[in-house]
Amino acid sequence: MRHVRAASAATLALAIAAAATGCGGGTTSGGSNESPKTLTYWASNQGPSIEADKEILTPELKKFEKETGIKVKLEVVPWADLLNRILAATSSGQGPDVLNIGNTWSASLQATGALLPWDEKNFEAIGGRDRFVDSAVASAGKAGEPPAAVPLYSLAYALYYNKKMFAEAGVEKPPATWDELVAAGKKISKDGKWGLGAEGGNLSNNIHQTFVLGQQHGADFFDKDGKATFTSDGAVAAVKQYIDFMAKDKIIAPGNAEYAQNQSLTDFAKGKTAMVLWQAAASTFAAQGMKPEDWGAAPVPVPSGVPGAGKQTNSMVAGINMAVFKNTKNIDGAKKFVKFMTSDAEQKLLNKTYGSIPPVKAAQADAAFGAPDLKVLRDTLASSAAPLPQVPNESQFETAVGTAVKELWADAAAGRPVTEESVKARLEKAQQTMQQ
Amino acid sequence: MSSLTRPTRAARSRARSPMAAPQSFLWTRRIVLTLLAGFVLLPVYVMVSSSLKPLQDVSGKFQWIPSTLTIRPYFDIWETVPLAKYFVNSLIVAGSATVLSVTIAVFSAYAVSRYRFRGKRVFTVTVLSTQMFPGILFLLPLFLIFVNIGNSTGVALYGSRGGLILTYLTFSLPFSIWMLIGYFDSIPRDLDEAALVDGCGPVRALFQVVVPAAVPGIVAVSVYSFMTAWGEVLFASVMTNDATRTLSVGLQGYATQNDVYWNQVMAASLVVSVPIVVGFLLLQRYLVAGLTAGAVK
Amino acid sequence: MTATVTTDPEVDKSTGTGTSRGTGGARRRLPRIPDRIRQGGLPYLLLLPAVLLELLIHIIPMVIGIVMSFRQLTQFFINNWGAAPWTGLDNYSIAVDFDAPIGEALLHSFLVTCVFTFFSVGLAWLFGVTAAILLQENFRGRGFLRAVFLVPYALPVYAAVITWAFMFQRDNGLINHVLHDQLGITDEPSFWLIGDNSIYTLIIVSVWKGWPFAFLMLMAGLQNIPRELYEAASIDGAGIWQQIRRITLPSLRPVNQVLVLVLFLWTFNDFNTPYVLFGKSAPESADLISIHIYQSSFVTWNFGTGSAMSVLLLLLLLVVTAVYLFLTSRGRKGSDV
Repeated sequence: MRHVRAASAATLALAIAAAATGCGGGTTSGGSNESPKTLTYWASNQGPSIEADKEILTPELKKFEKETGIKVKLEVVPWADLLNRILAATSSGQGPDVLNIGNTWSASLQATGALLPWDEKNFEAIGGRDRFVDSAVASAGKAGEPPAAVPLYSLAYALYYNKKMFAEAGVEKPPATWDELVAAGKKISKDGKWGLGAEGGNLSNNIHQTFVLGQQHGADFFDKDGKATFTSDGAVAAVKQYIDFMAKDKIIAPGNAEYAQNQSLTDFAKGKTAMVLWQAAASTFAAQGMKPEDWGAAPVPVPSGVPGAGKQTNSMVAGINMAVFKNTKNIDGAKKFVKFMTSDAEQKLLNKTYGSIPPVKAAQADAAFGAPDLKVLRDTLASSAAPLPQVPNESQFETAVGTAVKELWADAAAGRPVTEESVKARLEKAQQTMQQ
Repeated sequence: MSSLTRPTRAARSRARSPMAAPQSFLWTRRIVLTLLAGFVLLPVYVMVSSSLKPLQDVSGKFQWIPSTLTIRPYFDIWETVPLAKYFVNSLIVAGSATVLSVTIAVFSAYAVSRYRFRGKRVFTVTVLSTQMFPGILFLLPLFLIFVNIGNSTGVALYGSRGGLILTYLTFSLPFSIWMLIGYFDSIPRDLDEAALVDGCGPVRALFQVVVPAAVPGIVAVSVYSFMTAWGEVLFASVMTNDATRTLSVGLQGYATQNDVYWNQVMAASLVVSVPIVVGFLLLQRYLVAGLTAGAVK
Repeated sequence: MTATVTTDPEVDKSTGTGTSRGTGGARRRLPRIPDRIRQGGLPYLLLLPAVLLELLIHIIPMVIGIVMSFRQLTQFFINNWGAAPWTGLDNYSIAVDFDAPIGEALLHSFLVTCVFTFFSVGLAWLFGVTAAILLQENFRGRGFLRAVFLVPYALPVYAAVITWAFMFQRDNGLINHVLHDQLGITDEPSFWLIGDNSIYTLIIVSVWKGWPFAFLMLMAGLQNIPRELYEAASIDGAGIWQQIRRITLPSLRPVNQVLVLVLFLWTFNDFNTPYVLFGKSAPESADLISIHIYQSSFVTWNFGTGSAMSVLLLLLLLVVTAVYLFLTSRGRKGSDV
């Protein structure tokens, strides 16, 4: 028995020693230029497949190598893995030099202190902050602090509608207000056809939609100190309005409550639903066999009047940002690479390929981004899009409120009543799980 | 050696009952096995039929008989995702992990089954307790350890197949050891004791007597080790990169931001599973060969 | 090394249910190898590789996990773990405060996991043992069926589970196509991936994926049953059902003891199935503890609380396992020191 205890004590001591030395692997000061000839770059999956992304990016990286002599090692990381890979890289200090991040992660990653802050000096190195659209920069970190990343590809939401279904139901023009949308939806929703589509099982999508409705009701979900205010009247009204499209107005098919793999786009392409709220859906429609003339895009509706800032906000700022790990061994090269990727020429080329909008003002002027559907996105970004709350626990917010909305969809789909109280109760629960 | 073997062992056979089975048993067998086969094969049928449909049909209402048949997905899968590379990675990782894990488990199980020593129970219980901690919480600490080992010794465990092999072989060790202890315990000790008397060393006794007698158990444990490594998703997703990514993670590449290529997922899953199923078929012989075949020569 | 070979007429331990003897007699025997084979370090040498690997991959990370549970390891500190403040038992008190939402959700998730594990392990074992016994005797098609039954085990987890998710879709899936469109059992197509039915979905998928493993292990276990037991039984006039009950099942006991335990542990901690089926946030009725812990650590970047929950789980499972081992091996206590 004595032996046993001694053995386990030794094990424990060994383990704790290892733990102590193991912790803090990621502490680093500020980057160096030890290996100025190479860079590692984690790209996110923007194209139709990982392989397609490699084909799109490789020639550009070759161009960069020719210009600077720096060889970029590219890895396209699937979305399913990206955040966990970044977390592992952050906690161990073993990561790429440059990487793409979803812009909603910006504030959380900023809080870790692992990313290079883009202060005035660093921005100068890539041509200055003024080159970028304001709302896009605002989605790269907490207000008042140097952004943790630089906008790379931007997107916004638009209302996509099926022209033929509109014509058959006698809807003459795309709805500009929610009342009009509900009215149009009711006309369309019969005989197995439905007015609007939703992705009830997709937490992020739930957040994106309710956030915008929240803005329209004057709710921010967080107060100035970063404290959660999920149960404000505006927030409750926003969530209820969204769920009511199914529960009360019956313009969303109950089946949408479980959608999480973009089935709502499939339904749209098959002519089952007449409208979806989406960001840059053109390439998916094409892949699903829909012709460009069959659908149109319009700004997301507002309560009344025309889209604008504040209560007329009608989209979140969606997009991808580019960040540099502070402990890179090629800090100058990394900045050069960010400069290259955000240069006017690359911005035009890459955003065209991916169907997104350049966050760089000069590149936006290109005629390609003036096509009717992209113009809607571009104008929305410029005038009526707001970044999601830039708080460190943003992902907690997405999970908590996104799940609450998901459960409410399930209630609505099962025919259970969705009332102000039930919405508030769910949000209350979500708020209580938020720590700090 | 054969003189010391109990004669009854040779009489063991794969067939159980020397008596003719009654009708009630035969009918139960037919019905139950049919139901089980149906349960097992239903998703397989869905995979096969979906893999032969164009994407528009797959994402529409389910049809038992595809209205349009196409073999395109079977060509597209190689374009969308570097499937062959992932497959080779998985084979290397799962294969190496299995060989190492089973070898190590055989040694450990032999020690536990045949020797008395202090700390035996601590060993078996500790090994088992590792199965009680949720795997996800191992992830970050293990990653940190690998990175630290890499920084201090230059052995790149992170991002390499080696690190993954090490991880997976350890994942399957606890169960393999426990299971093999059971199998070894059930092999009569007279067998290896006889070998020891004949002048074999303990290790030779293990490989010449115990291991051959435990072939079904070892094969079962190998299959388990292999499948553990073959199917693991979470650790592989964080510990591999482009060059070392394994299949189970790579298959997720058919679900991209905007589209899920259902037909390609199914086609790719089938293509990569066929070699595994064939491997199972070949191994079956050993699985059921029974002690008689291996134990006494 | 004073080897004296003791030849023992008895059947070996695992198959110790002699036909004439009662079940207890054969098992309650003292270890066969006396202290004579105490070759000093040899057993330790044999264990060394396993011990080193377990330390590196399992034990040390586990201890780090325990250390993490006493710290406030949020996004503010993961870049520099050493700086994360010690919080004492704060993480634990959050986790076990069952009146507050986090604790309440954890408790709920724990109960859901218990129900899920019970049915999943029970059915997987039942299917496995049934198939193994029915395939014990040779008949036409046996080899084919044996291969078929192992198919779920050979498919990559992701592929298998995503296929089930595909089949369980409400509007387009096969399950509702059969239940609603073809058989008309349900008036409305039901939801399987959200809402209250999710737990059934989870159990079905888990059993489908898990039972071939039970089948495999039990099949291997059946090979160890000596034929003479059956011969003797049939001479005694026992029918096939009685043989199964009196010989096959008791003989599988040693295999079952380990099998049920690991099935329990794995099912309890299973992460892949619910994750692929439901994504980051499982429906309330199928909110398994593993997903819950994942949410409380990776998704919300709070590794301290997640670790505390894991440690609590570890303690609980240790107790359950100890009780289980005590109960199941009471008869064989002598044999494993």
